[in-house]
Formats: sequence, structure tokens, C-alpha cells
Amino acid sequence: MLLEVRDLSVNYGHIEAIRDISFDVPEGSVVTLIGANGAGKSTTLKTISGLRKMRTGSIFYDGQDLAKISPDKRVQMGISQAPEGRGIFPGMTVRENLEMGAYVRRNRSAAALAPDFDRVLTLFPRLQERIKQPAGTLSGGEQQMVAIGRALMAQPRLVLLDEPSMGLAPKLIQQIFKIIEEINAQGTTVLLVEQNAAQALRRAHHAYLLETGEIVRSGTGAELAGDPAVRAAYLGGDI
Amino acid sequence: MQFQYVLDNFVSLFVGGLVFGAVYALVALGYTMVYGVLQLINFAHSEVFMFGTFATVWALWLIGADTSTMGVALVLSLAFAMVVSMVTSGGVALLLERVAYRPLLKRGAPRLVALISAIGASFVLSEAMGLRGAIASALGLESVLGRYVARSRENLGLPTDRTFTVQFEIFGYGVTNRDIIIVVAAVLMMVLADQFIRRTRTGRGIRAVAQDPETSSLMGVNSTRVIQITFLIGGLLAGAAATLYMLQVGATRYNAGFILGVKAFTAAVLGGIGNLRGALLGGFVLGIAESLGAGLFGGEWRSVVAFVLLVLILLFRPTGLLGESLGKARA
Repeated sequence: MLLEVRDLSVNYGHIEAIRDISFDVPEGSVVTLIGANGAGKSTTLKTISGLRKMRTGSIFYDGQDLAKISPDKRVQMGISQAPEGRGIFPGMTVRENLEMGAYVRRNRSAAALAPDFDRVLTLFPRLQERIKQPAGTLSGGEQQMVAIGRALMAQPRLVLLDEPSMGLAPKLIQQIFKIIEEINAQGTTVLLVEQNAAQALRRAHHAYLLETGEIVRSGTGAELAGDPAVRAAYLGGDI
Repeated sequence: MQFQYVLDNFVSLFVGGLVFGAVYALVALGYTMVYGVLQLINFAHSEVFMFGTFATVWALWLIGADTSTMGVALVLSLAFAMVVSMVTSGGVALLLERVAYRPLLKRGAPRLVALISAIGASFVLSEAMGLRGAIASALGLESVLGRYVARSRENLGLPTDRTFTVQFEIFGYGVTNRDIIIVVAAVLMMVLADQFIRRTRTGRGIRAVAQDPETSSLMGVNSTRVIQITFLIGGLLAGAAATLYMLQVGATRYNAGFILGVKAFTAAVLGGIGNLRGALLGGFVLGIAESLGAGLFGGEWRSVVAFVLLVLILLFRPTGLLGESLGKARA
């Protein structure tokens, strides 16, 4: 198992944001956490990256307990994230943003980064045209591409994607999800957090439904997509 | 108002302002960089500078440089003093970060608390210098340290010769070797700092933290380390400024940091706090405006001119002359 989350609870101030959740991310898979706004999905990803302190529970990555490992070390170990709201560096160019993704790598020479630039620019040819532009001047979709591409520059084994479809036009959403499948096909494990349940479930090998900080359903993507309760609440309620 | 005087001495006042502005700009860089990464005014930065002025004098004492030191020996002595000053100020800045800020920020203290801590640290550092005689005698080290701790609350002068020779004239004003040294050294430091921020990995880390600390962590930027390095760079620049200040002014005392610190901070705000090039521009604008203002209204109006200028500029450009943050500065 690449990532094992066990009985994780995280507080946000005095409020319990996540309560006793456990889930697994097998190597090579796409796993998704779906749920409404405020269900604790982003908090879960932030905790895996080390930005939030866990109150109880444990997270194992490749068998290693992450409890005492700092956020930068986690990136070095192969966990990278494209955060919610993209979190691009607006004043840096697209190229610099992508280079920031490779910040922890030991060899950051142009030659060492070239294959990764190739990979990212093949996935997102649009960024090639924008490479010298400050990222703050890009459209929302392009910024999302920068955020995902940047996460890949760390050469992660596990990439955490927080709401990659947020605020994008339907056509662009299709495109982004296709690219996520492609990233996975290239061998990177994906943990995907989404409000767009229909799209996420279609692509996920495994899915977990979060409601107010707890996991209330789990199964394969198809199982959850077929679950009447999930359909009613998250897939437009066509029953 | 002495219009005729200003007109007659315009070049001299302008160059004088430029020289002082260079010192302001170097110190302003420290304020603006720390603000960039922490959104915090490091009020103790003035003391980081003040320690540098003392280190400059002590370094010259240590190697026995005095008014008889001339030529190449003098240049080398001053260069050595500047290195010692930079190391000292850099060390004080690191200590400050470790003791006065990091414990607070780690516990999630509000910025206001860190600000009070900064003001407190400023007093502690200044008085520690002013009471160094008493501290030394309490520790029984008075005889060992001798003149280094004597007359703690009085002025301490630069021991080397301060008669500078005119190198060339512009419009009747003789530019001295001192003017040249100060401006050239200051500009060199600024270029180095600017290139460091723009070109190196750590520099990019500093810009990233300034733009978005949380995402920076996701990229694997160790923000504690970035903050530390930012303080260090600010300290090194303040140390360089301290030696140049001693060349210009000739003397220091334990509370010499205060006014200079306020002016440098003003320069940083004037240029747009958080913006490196803004701090440089602000420093030079402030120095020149002060100098011309002093010529126009008389020396005692120097600071009044500086602050009226600040108010006027902020009235029309609330984010300063180059109101763009450090993070958004482009390569």
C-alpha cells in the first residue's frame, strides 16, 4: 500500500474537521475522496502534505510513519500536491512556477529537468505558449494546468489533486480529467479530491464519500456511482 | 528659504543626498525583505545596523588602524572592518530571528505580538550596547575588555583618518574618494542582493514564501530556513551599511540605530514595502530630498522634509513608489 491513513482526526481550531477516517491508496491507482463543501476533503490532503497537525491517528507512506516528517521532507519522499485554488505564484513566470515544483530535487540542472518539462508540456501544450508569461496573467484553466504540471515536476510517486475542476468550463473539466488519467497511466498514483463527483467516480479505482468529517461510504468508483444515496446527493439525484 | 543657496550648491547637496541615500537603501532592504516573507516590520533591524557600526570601530582597533594608516593599508583595513561588521550584523539578525520571532510565530502568535517583541528586542539590544561597561564589570571582564567597554554611553569615533581627497569635479563640486567608495560599495551590495533573490534557488524560495507561504511548503520550501536566510541577508546588508555610515558620519553611539532605522524604514515604505527595487529607489529619493530640503529650509528641517515627503507620496500612491510586493518582483 502506498498510502495508509488510519483513524485520522484533525481539528480546525476547536472544530473537528475530520473524525477518525481511514482509507488506503494502492500504488498505481486513482483514489478519490468526494463530498460536499466543508466535508473535510482539503483538510485531509493538507494533513497528508504536513500542513495541518493531526490530533489522532497516523499516516503511513510506503510503510513509513509520516507523523514526525516535515512538509519539505514529504515532498522529497515523493508526495506532491496541486492545492485547492491552484496556489500558483502569480509574479513568477510559468517556467519559474514549474521550476518551483522541482525545488526539492537534488539535481536541478536544465538537463536534469528537461524530461520533466517535456512531460508537462506534452500533457499541457498550452503552457508552452505561455512559458514566459507571469502565471498571474493566465486564465483559470491555464493556472490549473500550471498547478498540476508543477506538482509533477517533483517527480512524485503520489500526487494529491485538490479540486482540479473547480471553476472551470465543462469542456476544460473533461480535458483535465483526461489528463489525470494519462498521468496515472504514466505510473503516478493519484489521490483526487473532488466536488464534481460524476467525473471523479468515472475515473477512480477506489472512492470514499466524506460527510462532515467522516467516511460514510466506500467502494470502487463504479459502486459509488451506482449507490442510490450517492446518486441522490452528489450526482444530480436522478432516481 | 534659501533658494539661491540651493541653486548654488545643488550638485553638492545632490551628491551628499545620494551618499546618505545609499546607506538608507541598504538598511531599507533588510526591512523590506523581512516584511516580504513575514508581513512583519522588524523594528529591531535598526539595532542590527547599530551593532555593525560598533563592530566597524572595534575591528579597526583590533588591527591597530589609526590616523596614520594610509593608502592601500587604509583601504584593506576598511574592507576588513566591513567584513567584520557584516558578520556581526548578520549574527545579530540571526539571533533576533531565533529568539524574538521564531518561538512566537511557531506558536501562531498574531503579527501584533511579534511586532511588540520586535520593539522590545530593539530596546534590549540598544541598552545592552549602552550598558556594556556595566555588564562587563558585573561579569568581571572590565579589565580584559578595557577600552572596548569604556564610556559605554558616549560617542565612539572612527579611528582612521577621515580627510578625503577630491578625485574629480562635477559642476564645481569636488567628488571625494569617500563619496565614490560609499556609492559604489552600496550599489555593489544591492546588485548582489538583487541577483541572489532573482537567480538562486534560495532566492526563489524567498520569493515563493513571500507570495504564498502555504503553497511554498507544498513545493518543499523549508520556510523556517527561508526566513532565517532572509534575516541573515538583511543583517549582512545592514552591516555593510554600518561601515559606510561610519565613513560618512564618523561616529556612533548605542542609540545611533534609532533615527537611521526610522529613516530606512521610511525609505522602504516610500518605495513600496516588500519591494526590493522600491527600497533602493526609496532610499535614494529620501536621501536626496532630505539633503535638498536641509539646504532649502536649514539643517534642522531635514527630518521634517523627509516625513512630509513620505506623507505626500503615500497620499497619492498608497502602496509607495513601486507598490509591488517582493513576491511579485519579476526576474
